[in-house]
Amino acid sequence: MKETPNLNYIQKLSGGDKSFHDKLLGIIKMEFPQEVEVYQMNLRLKKFELAADNVHKLKHKISILGLEESYQIAEDYENGLREQELVLEQEFGNILLNISEFLNTI
Amino acid sequence: MNCIIIDDEATARAVIEQLCSQVEDLNVLEMFPNAIQAIKYLNQNSVDLIFLDIHMPDFTGFDFIETLKNPPKIILTTSDANFAIQAFEYDCIVDYLVKPILLPRFEKAIQKAKSTKSNPTVDTSIDKVETTSGNDLYVNIDRRLIKIDIPSIYLVEAKGDYINVKTEDKNYTVHSTLKKIEDKLPDNLFLKVHRSYIINIQKIIDIEDNSVLIKKDVIPVSRSNRPELMKRLNLL
Repeated sequence: MKETPNLNYIQKLSGGDKSFHDKLLGIIKMEFPQEVEVYQMNLRLKKFELAADNVHKLKHKISILGLEESYQIAEDYENGLREQELVLEQEFGNILLNISEFLNTI
Repeated sequence: MNCIIIDDEATARAVIEQLCSQVEDLNVLEMFPNAIQAIKYLNQNSVDLIFLDIHMPDFTGFDFIETLKNPPKIILTTSDANFAIQAFEYDCIVDYLVKPILLPRFEKAIQKAKSTKSNPTVDTSIDKVETTSGNDLYVNIDRRLIKIDIPSIYLVEAKGDYINVKTEDKNYTVHSTLKKIEDKLPDNLFLKVHRSYIINIQKIIDIEDNSVLIKKDVIPVSRSNRPELMKRLNLL
């Protein structure tokens, strides 16, 4: 079953500070698509080591959004990419889509 | 405590800044998206603590630490727990936080930093390639000439206004150009294989298409430099 992103961590971190809450979400909304774009470009160019670095960076946002199972998949995918192994590409793509859809709703 | 944050991810910088704001007596002086900017800052300013991301492109957190002669306290921040063992090789690293960082764990790290004896000053290894003497190359580091054993250099890479000199034991970030250091290195050992890289040809592990593997670094070889590289090799 698909995991649902949540804002628990961000809410806990902001401690009721709405301006920080909104600021952080704004940064994530701005940075996430940029990171995805760079990842997809490196993947297209078969620059797997760089793509793995991009996945590594994206893992932080996956964890911030409370996606524990997705984080594990991302970690496995990152390690696989470093060995030019792309078995989890589709699954990781679905995680990115899941996050994109979520960010569009908030 | 005055601190700086170094992380190439804006989200991470914002998170750590927020965590710092929740701890008494912890002031964030600056935040940097890369290590080079931080080195420039530290050349002019002193800090008590650095929050340092390990996994940054081009210049990793560990590369950064190698440039600091007397580093302040450092708390590593990373999404990868696998670097923990390497972190313990550095006395300046007081703790290691795995993202996403929670406040109680963050506070514990700050307590550790406060209770650890501090280093007196921050000293960064940025200056000029000065001179050579036999097998040695001297670089000017904060008005001290530091000797580098030339044969131990396996790679020199250009990084904007700086060069990164990688040796078997240590990396040095020096404010200089590839051209200047190229003139100081012996031609029989070193070859410029790309506009941003000079390699020690004795340290090559293998060559594949337009790249060479040297230690763990894969270095591009430009088309115009490839014939000279091939000429230098003892091919069977």
